[in-house]
Amino acid sequence: MTALLEVRDLQVAFTRRREPDTVAVDGVSFDVAPGQVVGLVGESGCGKSVTSLAIMRLLPARGVRVSGSVRMDGTDLLTLSGSEMRARRGRDLSMVFQDPLSSLNPVIPIGLQVTEVLRRHRGMAGDKARQAAAELLERVGIPDPRRRLDSYPHQLSGGMRQRALIAIALACQPRLLIADEPTTALDVTIQAQILGLLSELVRETGAALIMITHDLGVVAGLCEAVNVLYGGRIVERAQRHRLFATPRHPYTHGLLRSIPRLDAPPGEELEAIRGSVVDNLPWAHACAFAPRCPRAIETCTEVTPVAETSGGRLLRCHNPVPANAE
Amino acid sequence: MTVTWAQRRKARLDDLSAGRSLTSEAFRRLRREPAAIAGAVIVGLFVVVAALAPLIAPHGAAETFPQLQENLRPGAIPGPQDGFPLGSDQLGRDFFSRVILAAQQTLLVGVLATLIGLVVGIVIGTVAGAFGGWVDTLLMRITDVLLAIPSLLLAISVAALAASPSQTTVIIAVAIVGVPIFARLLRGSMLAQRESDHVVAATSLGVKRSAVVLRHMLPNAIGPVIVQATLTLATSILDAAALSFLGLGDADPARAEWGLMLAQAQTYLDVRPALAFYPAAAIIVVALGFTLLGESLREAIDPKGRR
Amino acid sequence: METSEPLLDVRDLAVHFPIKRGLVLDRTVGHVYAVDGVSLHIGRGETYGLVGESGCGKSTLGRAILRLVDLTTGQVTFDGVDVAQLKGEQLRTMRRRFQMVFQDPMSSLDPRQSVESLLTEGMKAHGLSRGPAADGARLRELVDSVGLPAGALRRYPHEFSGGQRQRIGIARALSVEPDLIVADEPVSALDVSVQAQVLNLLGRLQSELGLTYLVIAHDLAVVRHVSDRVGVMYLGGLVEEAPSQELYDDPQHPYTRALLSAVPVPDPELEDHRERILLTGDLPSPAAPPAGCRFHTRCPWRQPTRCDDERPALRVIAGAPAGHRVACHFAEDIRSGRLQPHRVDVEAVDDVLAPGAVPDLPGSVTEILGR
Repeated sequence: MTALLEVRDLQVAFTRRREPDTVAVDGVSFDVAPGQVVGLVGESGCGKSVTSLAIMRLLPARGVRVSGSVRMDGTDLLTLSGSEMRARRGRDLSMVFQDPLSSLNPVIPIGLQVTEVLRRHRGMAGDKARQAAAELLERVGIPDPRRRLDSYPHQLSGGMRQRALIAIALACQPRLLIADEPTTALDVTIQAQILGLLSELVRETGAALIMITHDLGVVAGLCEAVNVLYGGRIVERAQRHRLFATPRHPYTHGLLRSIPRLDAPPGEELEAIRGSVVDNLPWAHACAFAPRCPRAIETCTEVTPVAETSGGRLLRCHNPVPANAE
Repeated sequence: MTVTWAQRRKARLDDLSAGRSLTSEAFRRLRREPAAIAGAVIVGLFVVVAALAPLIAPHGAAETFPQLQENLRPGAIPGPQDGFPLGSDQLGRDFFSRVILAAQQTLLVGVLATLIGLVVGIVIGTVAGAFGGWVDTLLMRITDVLLAIPSLLLAISVAALAASPSQTTVIIAVAIVGVPIFARLLRGSMLAQRESDHVVAATSLGVKRSAVVLRHMLPNAIGPVIVQATLTLATSILDAAALSFLGLGDADPARAEWGLMLAQAQTYLDVRPALAFYPAAAIIVVALGFTLLGESLREAIDPKGRR
Repeated sequence: METSEPLLDVRDLAVHFPIKRGLVLDRTVGHVYAVDGVSLHIGRGETYGLVGESGCGKSTLGRAILRLVDLTTGQVTFDGVDVAQLKGEQLRTMRRRFQMVFQDPMSSLDPRQSVESLLTEGMKAHGLSRGPAADGARLRELVDSVGLPAGALRRYPHEFSGGQRQRIGIARALSVEPDLIVADEPVSALDVSVQAQVLNLLGRLQSELGLTYLVIAHDLAVVRHVSDRVGVMYLGGLVEEAPSQELYDDPQHPYTRALLSAVPVPDPELEDHRERILLTGDLPSPAAPPAGCRFHTRCPWRQPTRCDDERPALRVIAGAPAGHRVACHFAEDIRSGRLQPHRVDVEAVDDVLAPGAVPDLPGSVTEILGR
């Protein structure tokens, strides 16, 4: 099966006068098959959000250097002109952001924000667009959708706003949806609703989903393939069952052991990962994670680990956790 | 060469020799900002000229040189010539010396007026912001009234209240214009501070109320007010010039002042426009200098600008 | 774990914030019932966890106990003294004994103070300063106990990473040698890999110094991990209270069940086969809490009339251990399986106050008060 989206060697650097470039994303490659749910997991600063913005071509033009390729239907999105990309955004691929309040226009009713997309990409107008908008709102579980069309974003709760945002993103039946921390600003019970909604919609519409999150729990229930990012590179990729059962990269392994689990007996000391991201080494001639890594060997601080693929897994580590460690 | 986010952050931590306060970091940023440098140079030059004015100026402000007008037809004003780089003014005084000497007066009026306004404004703003309640309401309603009056009109009214025009009147009038601006601004940021976590933290630590206000709220709230002060310095100079222009300033001919010079020059605009040009240019350049400095200061202390 | 006399005993605590409107004369147009009748007690050396979603009033409760917001009614007995009645200097002196750790380690540290001055301030305010030499030693001991180098003292908050800042916040709380520490979302602003470090630190300090904790968080996994007992809050009231293992093994309140089933677990096997209780709809406005049981508008086990009319009190149900209390009329029937969950139709919650006073369906008290 051919991939819907092929990201190859994506690199994003932020440039500033009189200072060395800052590389936020450093050679990220992954595929998204049609209808597949792919997770990008990592902590703040790992480059997951920048990756999604680069795919959507939403990074500012100035001060940013993007290289590599993002292929969709055989065309490299990175080479499209501004207007060509605008025509694709919303129609072929769209995005849901973390903060639904700031992503919605505060002075325009929800309904108008939905019909706007319908008008632009599907040429709908008037009552027809309004009808379609109401259906969309109903589809994402907003009660009393006809009345809600006239509501302003601030009149909706956080969960309802996120639903409205998803409705807008799905208005043109895109084949790829990118969700950047869509539930981080929400409460757990609302998060469960939204995650349920997303997986349901993906199943129904056959759209692919790139789920960007810091929460391994969210990934565990939703994503088929999981990419773990650290310091701008993918350090491990595997199918979710295998990733969580046998994490091979010490970072993934450590992360899983350091979070308090609901189903574990309370009170035990957690196995914390030492240090923080400020301790990272440059990828150029080391493994960035080495200073924090309990399994670091001498090679780790001298040689950049390469990404090795075997059996559908990708691993970038000199001294991985043995597969039968659990 | 490329670096990662984390390295950038780490580099920043290392490059700061331990214990660099926010203020010193702001200055570090300020030094790299071209606008700030330009502003500082203008302001610095202005201060130096003002301070050394009596030494730089070849002649006194009231000294007249009738010999300059000897060979001219009546009504004409002498242009630049040997020993008088800008010629003389309508009364035969050395124009160059007067422009230089006026810097001193202008600086004095501008700085004093702003300082007085700043101090009074800080007291009012602190009291209002720290106590809240009816004290706040009362003080803010009064400042609202003052703010509602156009600043120049307010200054003119205050200056006109005085028995006779004098420099003190001008300073006080211009200072009063600044008070509500500073008070409002400080009160706003004090209120924001009152809600902030670190103030709640100090309270919960059991720190005395007065110490919370003076140690934690005021130092964090005062930044925008200081910036405003540099910007107000520019408008104070303009206001003072305007008051002089309108004849509400010091009438003493021995004292040169840019606003007054500008006022008097308008009668001779067709004869010698230079008489208006130089004082006007001086006012504009100095105001620009303070504005540049103030704006860059604002950006430098803005925590969002910190990277 | 519990001793005969608890360190902290909270009785019927309520905090109602007036909603004011009007340009010149403030009129009170309603109240936000942030905390509405909560009783709990915490034993010496115990960790009590408060969990709930935004808007449930858990932070307000914590701040009311610390007297950082005014109580509307209620008693807060701390080591035999009713803190709710204290004023002025008495209250200030008492503050030494209960400290707070904040969620956002950046905003809770004064950016213009060095770490040293942040840590000495409380000591000075309470006369704990014993001369420069002794203070210096004490400061080094403090930063060392939270895992920072002595050189940190000369630095300023912005020079540290998030996790380190939180350590400074903890050191500041410890600087006045308190008995009780209220930690409001102590790790939720931190990176996942750093959270464990801070949680471990809190645990270690507790065993070393014999501290009593009230840990407030929205993350049930975190709360359950650190706490001996957990209280679950919903719309200003406690709906269930139990030892932490017991709460997971035998959740009795429908809301607790829903909350437990909503927390994602990083285990695909478990995630695939978990029974989920998806709550429909949103949290009602704390400015207009539903009558009767506050949860009845979203409860899948809601029964006619009684749930709508009568507010259930916390009680121990038959067959449950004494420390496990639940505020549900039908807890027994739900537990035995006699009552089965049913579908809940989402009600579009209407605003009770004219628009503008409160967001239509406000997420939280925090939002309403514009904090």
